Parts: sequence; structure tokens; C-alpha cells
Amino acid sequence: MAYYEEDDLGHFSDMGKHRPDLFEKFMAWYQACQEDGALSRREKALIGLAVAHALQCPYCIDAYAQSCLESGSNLEQMTEAIHMASALRGGATLIHGLQAHNSVNKVSM
Amino acid sequence: MPSKVLPVINAENVFARSPVNFDERVAGAGGGLSLRAGATVETLQVNVGKLCNQACKHCHVDAGPKRTEIMSRETAEQIIEAVRRFRFQTVDITGGAPELNPSFRYLVAESRAAGAHTIVRHNLTVMFEPEQGNLPEFFREHGVEVVSSLPYFLEGQTDAQRGHGVFAKSLEAMRRLNDTGYGIEGSGLTLNLVYNPVGAFLPPAQSSIEADFKRELQARYGVSFNRLYTITNMPIKRFLDYLRRTGNEERYMRKLVEAFNPQAVEGLMCRSLVSVDWTGRLYDCDFNQMLELGIAAHLPQTISDFDPAQFSARPISTAAHCFGCTAGAGSSCGGSVVND
Repeated sequence: MAYYEEDDLGHFSDMGKHRPDLFEKFMAWYQACQEDGALSRREKALIGLAVAHALQCPYCIDAYAQSCLESGSNLEQMTEAIHMASALRGGATLIHGLQAHNSVNKVSM
Repeated sequence: MPSKVLPVINAENVFARSPVNFDERVAGAGGGLSLRAGATVETLQVNVGKLCNQACKHCHVDAGPKRTEIMSRETAEQIIEAVRRFRFQTVDITGGAPELNPSFRYLVAESRAAGAHTIVRHNLTVMFEPEQGNLPEFFREHGVEVVSSLPYFLEGQTDAQRGHGVFAKSLEAMRRLNDTGYGIEGSGLTLNLVYNPVGAFLPPAQSSIEADFKRELQARYGVSFNRLYTITNMPIKRFLDYLRRTGNEERYMRKLVEAFNPQAVEGLMCRSLVSVDWTGRLYDCDFNQMLELGIAAHLPQTISDFDPAQFSARPISTAAHCFGCTAGAGSSCGGSVVND
């Protein structure tokens, strides 16, 4: 058995077979988050794509790559969003270097 | 310009495979009703044949430079006779590249003379074919509404779908149309563009992508247009072949079915138009025409026998591809059918 199955994305609703009340609450909230608001659907899809990469969730990457296309983004724009996620991950790693430096400095003469 | 004619898909397997029956879905949404046309046929959509200077990868007509199926003068005259007699509000001329048909200018001039609003589905690049250089002036002379495909405002995506070099030629053609007044605010000459996805996904909201096209085409290339219509790629002919070759058919059809929008049914173009092919045969739409999915058997089958009274509220012939017109905001030759 592969850990990730492409077809599983289409079966997400199967998660509602148990505790459907919780799944319905989640889905109502999830869907509401996607709608046009102060941010457009397109901006939200790009945020979703960036977060999907930061989380490294293959289902989310697939779903949000499609959402980005279907809300009018092109590959250049999507790639910029992915670079944002990568840069944040890189920056977050790098700034933790200060923790290491602090730790070293604390015990150094 | 590609000259290669792409292969026609297996004739025994022309219909897309759908997990759900379209008629059942419509009935489920509409209290058991079946899809029927409206009271009047407002538009006669005339497909003059499959000859085209391009061979686009998504073409539902399977049109190309080597196709020989084109409308005869005799059939064109039968069409004009019907246009004069039945006073269609709109005559919508398509192909292939309809300009390559010897009867094209006759059809346009006589449709206009009969008082019909006349639309030409103009692929832009045909303007650079022999004897087509004065098309902008011809369109202007007859007050034609020009509708042109431009799948994206960037070269890579456009050429990927329509062929190498098409984007640059299309921009040059748009400049010529703009110079003639087409697509210029206040000129009264309409140049509308058609966006369709470059791949197996649904189009974005029409108003949103229209704003992008207007901004980017003006800023990058200095060209303008009036409206952008979003059209969903129909799982027919070359696009269906592409879906099958790339293993995308099931996923795409599931996407169309899941996006079924009951609100889109009322505005479906088949409810207000009749489509006529290069031989004079009638269909419910251009897509059915390409699938040879005929009009209801009890109705007159050819333009020379057309009778508006019999076509009022006629039953529409459907198959799985119809999910393409009901997905999301809906899709028609005039763009989305439900407001974004």
C-alpha cells in the first residue's frame, strides 16, 4: 500500500463517515474561507498553494494548484507564491541560528 | 503555423465517459423536467466547415488546413433564404476559419442586409492568409461583431494551444482591428475575446480574468478589446483525445459533473439557437454537430425545411459533453451564463 493515493483526494468526504457532525462543521468553515471577501478567491488560492508547500501536503498541493489555475493564476504567479513559502521556511530556519548562537555564547568566554 | 492535421479520435468512441447521466442530473435539479429549448430561436449559428489555417490542440471541430468539408454556395443561399424569411435576431458564423469559405462574404453581407446582428468567430491569424488582408475593413463595412480566441495574454500558453507563432500574429491582427476601430471604446465596433483554459481545468470567473486580460494586453502590447468570454473546454474530438492520451478524462469529467450548476441550465445556448452544418443539416448546438448528435427525429432536419413553430420548446439532444456547459458559471459561445 502506498502511503499517498492520488484518488484519495476525491474521497476526502469519506472522513465524514465517522463523526459526520465534526466533518460538516469543518467543511462549512473550510468552504467559507475560500469565498471572495476582503481577499479575492485568487489571492486565497495562492495563499493556499504556498501553505500547501510549506506543509508539504501532496493532496493540498494538487488541489490548490488546480484552484490557482481555475481562479486565473498562471505558473509564474504560482511559482512566486511557492518561493514565498520556501523563503519563509528558509528564513525561519536561518533565524533559529540565533538560538544556536545564543546557546553557544551563553557558555562561552 | 502548424500544417499537420491532428488525428481524429476513434469514431466508435466519440462521447466522453461520465459517471452521471446528464438528462438525469437535469431532471434531478429541475423537478423531473427534461432540457427543452425556449419559445423562440433567436440565433442561427452557421458552421461553414472544417477548413482552418490553424490546427489547435483543443479544437472541438477537428479543423485544420487539410480539411475539405466546406459549405457550398447552394447551401449558403438556402441559409440566407432562411435568414431573410425567419428574421433571426443573430447570425453567428463559425468554422474552421469561416473566412476561408468562398461564400463567407456573401453570408455576412446578406445576413446584415436582412437585419440580423452578425457575429464572426474570427481566429485573428487568418487575416494574414492570401486575400484576407482587408478583413478589418470588411468587418467594419458590415458592422460585424468580431469574436476571437486568445486563450491567454502570454505567448507560451497561447502558442502551446494554438500553435507556434500564433500569439505574435494574433497581437498583430488585434492591432490592425484596433486601428480600424474594433475594440476601441465608443467606436461602436465590437471585438470580443474568448478565453479557454490551456488544459484540463475549468475557466476562472469571467469578470476577474477579463480585468487581467485588459490590463496586461494594454500594458504589455498596447492592444484593447471589449469583452472577454470564458468558455469551458468541451470533452469532444481533439480535447477529448488529449484527455484520454494524458489520463485526464475521468478526472476532468468528474470535475465537470461535480461543478454542475442548475442555475446555468436556463441560459444554455442550445435553448435559444439552432446550429447548421456545412451541408445544411440542423443541430442543437455546434458541439452536437461535431458529434453528429442529431436534432430530435420528429423535427425538420435541414435548413431548407426549418420551421420556427416546430422548433419552439423542442427537446434538446444531450450527452455527457453537456456537463461542459453547466459547470460552474456555465459556458456558452457568449461566455459564462451565470453572473460571477
